[in-house]
Amino acid sequence: MAEILNEVQFSDAAMAEMQRYISHYPEGRQKSALLPMLHIAQAELGGWVSPEAMDKIAEILNIQPIEVYEVATFYTMFNLKPVGKHVLEVCRTGPCCLRGADELIDTLKRKLNIEEGETSADGMFTLKPVECLASCGTGPMLQVRELFYENLGSEQRVDEFLEMMRHKEHETPTWAK
Amino acid sequence: MGLKILTEHINVPGIETLEVYRKHGGYKSVEKALKTMTPEEVVEEVKTSGLRGRGGAGFPTGMKWSFLAKPEGVPRYLVCNADESEPGTFKDRWYMENNPHALIEGMITSSYALGANTSYIYIRGELMFVLRILEKAIAEAYAAGLLGKNILGSGYNLDLHVAPGGGAYICGEETALLESLEGKRGNPRNKPPFPAVKGLFQSPTVVNNVETICAVPWIVNNTGAEYAKIGIGRSTGTKLISASGNINKPGVYEIELGVPVEEFIYSDAYCGGIWKGRELKAVVPGGSSVPILPKNLILKTAAGEDRLMSYESLSDGGFVTGSMLGSGAFIVFDEEQCIVRNTWNYARFYHHESCGQCSPCREGTGWMEKVLHRIEYGHGHQQDIDLLVSVAKQIEGNTICPLGDAAAWPVAAAIRHFRDEFEWHIKYPKEATAPGAVYRGQLDAVTA
Repeated sequence: MAEILNEVQFSDAAMAEMQRYISHYPEGRQKSALLPMLHIAQAELGGWVSPEAMDKIAEILNIQPIEVYEVATFYTMFNLKPVGKHVLEVCRTGPCCLRGADELIDTLKRKLNIEEGETSADGMFTLKPVECLASCGTGPMLQVRELFYENLGSEQRVDEFLEMMRHKEHETPTWAK
Repeated sequence: MGLKILTEHINVPGIETLEVYRKHGGYKSVEKALKTMTPEEVVEEVKTSGLRGRGGAGFPTGMKWSFLAKPEGVPRYLVCNADESEPGTFKDRWYMENNPHALIEGMITSSYALGANTSYIYIRGELMFVLRILEKAIAEAYAAGLLGKNILGSGYNLDLHVAPGGGAYICGEETALLESLEGKRGNPRNKPPFPAVKGLFQSPTVVNNVETICAVPWIVNNTGAEYAKIGIGRSTGTKLISASGNINKPGVYEIELGVPVEEFIYSDAYCGGIWKGRELKAVVPGGSSVPILPKNLILKTAAGEDRLMSYESLSDGGFVTGSMLGSGAFIVFDEEQCIVRNTWNYARFYHHESCGQCSPCREGTGWMEKVLHRIEYGHGHQQDIDLLVSVAKQIEGNTICPLGDAAAWPVAAAIRHFRDEFEWHIKYPKEATAPGAVYRGQLDAVTA
């Protein structure tokens, strides 16, 4: 017997934000709002999008679920598995490497005792190296949710950053305020 | 420091607000264009200005605009490409973050010129914090009657929206961007038809880079002829340069096109020289996809003339001894950097970002990454260098979009200018993989 999936319910604020994006496009082109809707779902559902969340988005947009899956799997920002509280998206591309990105990734691995793609034992951090984040002048750097953390070129800066993050709650997205 | 067109008021406190922006002459071009000029006159000014696309390709903007099809009863679109993803490029992010109204003003004036009544800014999803800044500024513009119905009483209507991407370098390619904006995977489209005929929602569309659009208000206010006087030759106007790598003062600099490269690297007005008192080894002058040049060829052309920061001078010598201005991402390498490692890093980037549609790119980028990885980690074979050259050649020109070329060029150029360094890695893997080892021209000095 097929497993019965729990239906996802988005909050009123999230639904309103999704509808706002849908309203930006001409009649019959509502699918254009798919990427922003995946972002909204991910922000609301603990940093990742489950198959149930994708099905719900398909239902709202009146498109086939496969149209959501194929998009969610193409773009690297959408996490398709549960993640830690803070996903550390560390830039690993050339210009940041000239200023110590490889060393930053190694330091984070050592301090959190995880490999790339893994989550720390306390569930606090997931390490996710990513490509260029358009912050090359302030590298090495990383992103957590909507914010950049820059100039992390020394062990002391990394320690300060991790300590701050351990006590930090995520900013509420503007649309949920 | 030269003329500032885009950044004149960037340090004014509160410039991100409508009130302060207007106090410093903001939105004058909207007033002038909508009330005193026809759309055709605006297009003519942009043509006269010689403005070229600032996203990397350098195509004349006025000409691109004049290709836009105008069938009766079909909407036209202006889409701003704010998907700044080329490694080394961060000027657009920095500019939108600090001066959001400048982009909105440019979008209104440009949309008017093109006859678009709905326009979009497609911004990379990673820059959600910039999207919030833009949306706040857009709300201010609507409230002031600068967007929406009957703008400033002119009878012209425009709606402007911001749309986030989802993390994909390929969406900086204009047809992939349009696919993404329609809520699909970012697979580039076959051309023709070009976006000017069938673009967003199958309607005529112009896609322009952030910096290109932001140059339009000045051109409207001061005339295209005045803009054409700035810069050098066919490189008219000013350009934002994203300076990164091993320099004392990384950041974004607005330059008049034509500044000597040597001055740009060593002057305190710009990069402020190489950091840690080291020597310059190489520069990638226009974003990760353009050819890398060693010190001697970035400072002087092969003919011994000073290399200038301009489209023509940086490409002097073609790909044999020259490179490209590209998006203006100026990445500087000091003597401690390993060219093989850097080339592998970029190859991994392009492999990761290939959309997978065309086999030469999908497979070829993977091959290059793998071969470069084994050279860097001391397992290279004698024939690997020729293999890399051959794979690069087979990708180039054989794909739907330019990502294939962008992946092939940096590999080909690194081998062209730094072949010794690759050979050293293959011949002396133990020395080359020792911690902190860097090639210093000792290919034949080491005895195996």
